[in-house]
Amino acid sequence: MTGTLLQPPALHIGAGPAPTSGNRRRAHPVWRFLGYLTLVVAAAAVLLPFFWMVVSSLKANSDVNTVPVQWLPDPVVWQNYLDIWRKSDMTTWLGNTLLLSVTVTALQVFTGSFAAYGFAKVRFPGRNLLFLAYIGTLAVPWQSYMVPQFILMSKLQLSDTLWAIIALQAFNALGVFLMKQYYETIPEELSEAARMDGMTEYGIYRRIMLPLSAPGLASLTLLTFVNTWNDYLGPLIYLRSPDVRTIQLGLSTFISQYNADYALIMTGSVLSVLPIALIFLLGQRHFVEGIATSGLKG
Amino acid sequence: MATIQAGRRRRRRRLRPAWRNTLTGWSFILPNLLGFGVFTLVPVLALFYYAFTDWNIFGVAEWVGVDNFTRMLGDDSFFTALRNTLYYTALHIPLTMGAALGLALLLNRKLRGVAFFRTVAFFPYITSIVAIAQVWNLLFSPQYGPINALLRALGAANPPGWTVSADWSMPAVIIVSTWREMGYYMLIFLAGLQTIPNQLYEAARIDGAGSWQRFRNITLPSLRPTTFFVVVMLTIGSFKVFDLILLLTDGGPGQSTLVLSQYIYQKGFEENQFGYASAVSVVLFAICFAITVVQFAVNKRRAS
Repeated sequence: MTGTLLQPPALHIGAGPAPTSGNRRRAHPVWRFLGYLTLVVAAAAVLLPFFWMVVSSLKANSDVNTVPVQWLPDPVVWQNYLDIWRKSDMTTWLGNTLLLSVTVTALQVFTGSFAAYGFAKVRFPGRNLLFLAYIGTLAVPWQSYMVPQFILMSKLQLSDTLWAIIALQAFNALGVFLMKQYYETIPEELSEAARMDGMTEYGIYRRIMLPLSAPGLASLTLLTFVNTWNDYLGPLIYLRSPDVRTIQLGLSTFISQYNADYALIMTGSVLSVLPIALIFLLGQRHFVEGIATSGLKG
Repeated sequence: MATIQAGRRRRRRRLRPAWRNTLTGWSFILPNLLGFGVFTLVPVLALFYYAFTDWNIFGVAEWVGVDNFTRMLGDDSFFTALRNTLYYTALHIPLTMGAALGLALLLNRKLRGVAFFRTVAFFPYITSIVAIAQVWNLLFSPQYGPINALLRALGAANPPGWTVSADWSMPAVIIVSTWREMGYYMLIFLAGLQTIPNQLYEAARIDGAGSWQRFRNITLPSLRPTTFFVVVMLTIGSFKVFDLILLLTDGGPGQSTLVLSQYIYQKGFEENQFGYASAVSVVLFAICFAITVVQFAVNKRRAS
């Protein structure tokens, strides 16, 4: 009820192919075969880099670059997954990244959904102009204002601290935009009825909007968490000291330090991807809906 | 009882004049606006001031008028970066759109395993760029990489040098970015396809329209809003391409993959020429802004 537009039926992953109905005809067997063939080839092409990442991480370093190409590890070397913790500050990097991702996500979800309510449900002068400023920055690449932003952060003494990344990521216009789209699908009568019963706007936000927009909040949480986890440019520009490095920045310094140790580099890559892969597989429905929401109506 | 409540209600409504609404509205927006204003809006505005100054991190910003822009006109590296960015954009947009739309059309059919493939295709998009660039560098390795091994098996005597060749480095970057982003745009196209009513296709079939005609006359026009959104997003995304290039080729070999964003980064953060870097940023900003405005105008005219 809260958003049939946001959940096109076939976007529910895991539903599997629907039984043949009168809606769409079955294609000719030859076409079906070609369809499958394309799917298999495309899937193989998409997965090849991940396959290569895992395979290389399980090889001895001398087996990574060989002629002819060795497609499967022989022998399988698990040692890399022990060595990486010894040779790098993986624990610090993961700790910093986790701390950042959680803080940024919490701030983004709270302030974003709160502001979105103001934009979607409260009428006041200047509202549309302000919203335009938010939307406008979505169309402006961050790269075009990273220099003045860096100057500002330096003046505020935030540079080279984790606070810089929090300030950079937590107040993204995306959160406001996504939640506003979601709130606008919730019928106005609901909040009108609550106002009649004397509920304040804050009460409506907390007791009606938040529970009804749970799927939207889930999408925003996942998207923000993944974005923060994967961010490379922000840490690259703002973080210098080794003890504030994030996993992405740490991995890239590790790569330049051990630039010939391919097997170990791939091990680090696998470890940096793994948490996000798990989160994605568990919450992929929300990813898809979040993208359909911010995409379709953008 | 009922009348008392009605009276209360009326009084409460009267107690909520316009200024209270304004206050409530701002109170909702303020926590986010504080952060957004300080860390995004202020830098965007400051950009237009710094672009007209000569400044490195130690001195003070000194107003120099349009000097930075005249300097840019004689700066070969700037034009190389601009040209490379356009090259990247011109290939990246059609390739990604074609792949994404093709996959979406394929997945919109009743085939076994589409759910699995949807997951697979989206996966590159959420994987960190550092790991991706690293593994593609291994894949592209001219001598040892699996890609050239496959090409040789298919009969190519002299497969490309990819990231170490000035001619092939940009195509290599484009391949990786298309691979990375097509799953995301595929999802958007898929969501658009789901909104097209089936009756349209049935009616066309009764009228004897073939599959190509159905695609041309129903699918493409119905997808127009989706396509518009995808083109705008892809354009902005292409002009700001940066981290992938930084990690995959670092702008090289030579300047063969140097793009505008990276040039800003080099001038600003490696050479501390904040004024000049800001001026280049203004150009990037203006290009993205102009293209978005034009695309909106064209879209509006076609819609009416």
